[in-house]
This record gives sequence, structure tokens and C-alpha cells, in this order.
Amino acid sequence: MSLINAWNIARRDFRSYFTSPIAYIIIAGFMTIMGWMFFFSLSHFSLQNMQYQQYNMGKGVSISEGIIRPLYANMNFIFLFLLPFVTMRLFAEEKKLHTIELLMTSPVKLWDIVFGKFLSSFLLLAVMLGLTCVYPLVLFATGNPEFGTIFTSFLGTLLLASCYLSLGIFFSSLTENQIVAGALTFASGLFFWLITWATQSAGPYWSEILSYLSLLSHYNNFSQGLIDTSDVFFYFSFITLGLFLTHRVLDSYRWR
Amino acid sequence: MIEVSHLSKFFGTRAAVNDLTFEVQSGEIVGFLGPNGAGKSTTMKILTAFMPASAGTAKICGYDVFDHPMEVKKNIGFLPENPPVYPEMSIQDYIDFAARLHQVPRSKIAQAVAHVIEKTGLGDVRRRLIGNLSKGYRQRVGLAQALVHNPKVLILDEPTVGLDPQQIIAIRELIKSLKTDHTVILSSHILPEVTATCQRIIVINRGKIVAEDTIDHLSVRMKKGLIYSMELKSPHVEGVNAIRQLKGLGSITQTGSKLTIEIKAGNEEVRDLIVEAAVNHKMGVLDFSAEKMSLEEIFLELTTVEKAS
Repeated sequence: MSLINAWNIARRDFRSYFTSPIAYIIIAGFMTIMGWMFFFSLSHFSLQNMQYQQYNMGKGVSISEGIIRPLYANMNFIFLFLLPFVTMRLFAEEKKLHTIELLMTSPVKLWDIVFGKFLSSFLLLAVMLGLTCVYPLVLFATGNPEFGTIFTSFLGTLLLASCYLSLGIFFSSLTENQIVAGALTFASGLFFWLITWATQSAGPYWSEILSYLSLLSHYNNFSQGLIDTSDVFFYFSFITLGLFLTHRVLDSYRWR
Repeated sequence: MIEVSHLSKFFGTRAAVNDLTFEVQSGEIVGFLGPNGAGKSTTMKILTAFMPASAGTAKICGYDVFDHPMEVKKNIGFLPENPPVYPEMSIQDYIDFAARLHQVPRSKIAQAVAHVIEKTGLGDVRRRLIGNLSKGYRQRVGLAQALVHNPKVLILDEPTVGLDPQQIIAIRELIKSLKTDHTVILSSHILPEVTATCQRIIVINRGKIVAEDTIDHLSVRMKKGLIYSMELKSPHVEGVNAIRQLKGLGSITQTGSKLTIEIKAGNEEVRDLIVEAAVNHKMGVLDFSAEKMSLEEIFLELTTVEKAS
């Protein structure tokens, strides 16, 4: 794999997010919802703490507990809805426009293409997450939040969201219809969330496997301020598997 | 430069390309001619290492397309049937991207991009978005993309489709001007296209080569019979029948005052007798001339003969 080739592809895709309305709509939608959520969790939090003080009920909820954790949990949920719109075009549109023929007849490896596509969507994700840094900044300016929790939540969200990207790229490579790619990404992303529900009714053996497969259960440690290498490993494996399957699909495209 | 031997491609049981063998020398412009669905695009996709063949081999610049796809891809410029352009990009950015994809050295990118933009006549519109351009411009953008890294071999699938007559002439001139340091293989289902630009044509139908020769040779080879048309002042049944009686003639059809007469090969001297008969029956010969068999007819002949067998 050549990083320069991958970067050339990523750069083009990243720019095209911004030359079309996609990036603006997604970022604006994301920031509006996040701002709304942050504002209300903040006002709820301050009201609650005021009541605690007023009635002398001891120490109130911490900032981490009351604001940061729900903020990032909500963010993860919103990414589940929004990121399929980011990834659905990556291969589906190339196929529809026949521009895939340009990529496939250029002296670049399939891995360059796959990684370039991932990188472009990852950069957009980074922009979105970067913009949400204003919320911790507001908290730092007005209060005394724990930096560690914010950092691990941020990292966990980045990894979890990258899994959606990898999943989305895979489904985008399967079809030339963007809607199909987006819908499949959302449905399967939701499935990897809700997989934890089954753990309650499954036996002890299966419940452990199912909960390991859940994207959400690996996020729990991050939200508590912990970085467990096994969680990081899981997310990296998930991302790699998605990209690997995409590579296989593109390879098989040549054989059809 | 291009060596293809016993190339076949099957889609299920249907053979899109069936046992193709041909060679293209360096500096040649070869036309790939055939009706729609003859296997032209499939062959080109195999040559560009986009699609593997079911059987046989293809080599470009000595590299096998299956074993060394990277080397092949470095040496070709490909214009697919649908120009692979991104509508949301400007021409300048797009060609720049194509140059980077083809690993044009960083220091030479700007120069290479400017050069092909000028060469394909896109200078005035180079800052416009491709999505807002007409089909003809997109086709030229596609061509510019294929040329930007100055490849040894150019593979152009229907390069002039969708262009207006003036643009067609410009593109043809462009392709001819490439001859000196490129090898070009282009496909078309339109004959004048091929006659105008190519030195040699390969006629392909239903995945097989039905003829391969220079254009001149091909028209001589196909001269199975000659068609003459005769314009008469006052044709009448008796006189026409007298002509029909003559030996060595094929079909004779009469449309108004015009007779179309086919003379079988080797019977050229019967022409005297035809005119004589017309004069004897006082039909008043206004015109008697040979209708040259055009390439269009050769093409039809070649492809329909194949169908009948």
C-alpha cells in the first residue's frame, strides 16, 4: 500500500464532501442536535445541583456523570444515524458514475483505494468531533471537569464511529445504489448496538460472546475514563475486518 | 506494443469475446470496429487490466495484463465508454487528480495538466465544474485524463461519441497527432470514424474477428460484385427485360426511371451489352455509373455474413 496514493484518493473524496452540500448539511445537523442536547443537559445539571445545595443533600452529581457521559453517549447515537450518509456514497457513487473505472485502471493498489476512502470519511468525522470540543471548553471555562474522562470518551467515540465508517464503506462497495448502502449501514450498525439485548435471555456462554460482539459494550470503559487495550483491539479489529471485506468485494468486482 | 492471443471472455455461457488474436505495432493507430455488443468494450477492459480474461493472454509493452497489472496500468491511458468524470470537480482539479493517480512526478504535474488542457481545447472552461458541461466537453475531459501521464499506449473506447461534427474533427486531428509517440487503439461502431483516423482496422462481430486489414485492402477484398446504376429517359418493360436476359448479372431492381444492376465479379464486359440493349430499345440513357461499395456496405456484408453462418 502506498500512503501517497491513498492520500490522493482521500484528499479528492474529502474535498468533494465540501464541494457538494453533503458535508455542510451533515455538520450543521450534527452541531444543531449536539448543541441542543448540551444546552439542556447543562441547564438540567445546574438546576439539579442548585437543588442539592438548597436542601443540603450533600455533594451533587459530578460534571463527568451529569454532562460528559450523556453528551458522548448521545453523540454516539447520533453518529449511528448520520455516518451512513457520509459513507454511503464512497463506492456506490463511483460505480454509478463509472469513475471506479478510472481508479481501477490507474496504477494504484486496491488497498490504496479502500484506505483512501476510509481516510476521507475519517477526516470528516474528525472535523465533526473537533467541533464538539467547544463543549468541554465551555465546561473548563466555567467549572472543573475531569480531563481524563473527556479524553477517553472522545477517543472511544472516535473509535466507535470509525467502526460505523468501516461498516458503511463495506456496504457502499456492495451496491451502486446509495440509499441501499446507507440503509444497510444503519440497520447493521443498529444491530451491533442492540445485540446486547439478547445477552439477557441467552445462556451464560452465548451472552458473553454476544456482549463481546456488541459495539456498545466496548464503549462502557471509555465512558468511565478507562482505556482498556482489549476494547481498543476490538475496535481496530472491527475496522480492519470491514475494510478487508471491502477489499475482497472490490477484488471480486474485477472477476465479474 | 499490444499482443493479444486467443483471448476469450465468457459471461456465464455467453462468449463476449471469443478467441481473439491480433497485434498492434508501436506507433500504429488501430480501429476496432463492430456493431454494438460485439465485444469491443470487453476487450478493452481486459487490455486495461480492469477485467480478467477467461482464456488466452494479452500483453501490453511486454507485460502480461494478468500477471503484471501495475506495469500495464502505468503504461496505458484509458478512456472508457462513459468518461469517468466527477461532476462536482472542476476540470483543472480533475485532471490534476488523474495526474496524481498516475504518479506523474510532483514537479511536473502543473505542466502536464496545463499541456493536456490546452491540447484538448479545454482552456476556456478549465475552472468550470464538469457536471455543468455538455457531453462533448466531458468526452474531451475524459480524453485529457487518458493523456495526462503521457502513456505509451492509449485505449479509447468510442472517443468521439456524443460530439458535434466540429468537435469530432478536432478530436480526430488530436488522435492523429498522437501517432508519433503513442500507440492508439480505438473502438467505434461508426465507420467514417475509423476510416478518418486509423491505418488499420479490425472488424469484430459477436466476439470474433471477421476481418483485419488496412482500409484499402479491405475494400478491394470485398469487391465481390459491382453495382451500377442506370438512369433512363423512358424505361419500358420490354427494354428492361432485354437487359435482364443478359448473362453475368445479379439482381436488377427498378425504381422509377433508375435501374440498379449488379454485375457479378469477372463479367465486367457485360457493361457494353447493357448499354447496347438500352440504346437498341430506345430507352434514352441519361446516366450509367458505377456505385462504389462503401465501407459501410463492407461492414454490413462482413457482419451479416457472419450472422448467417
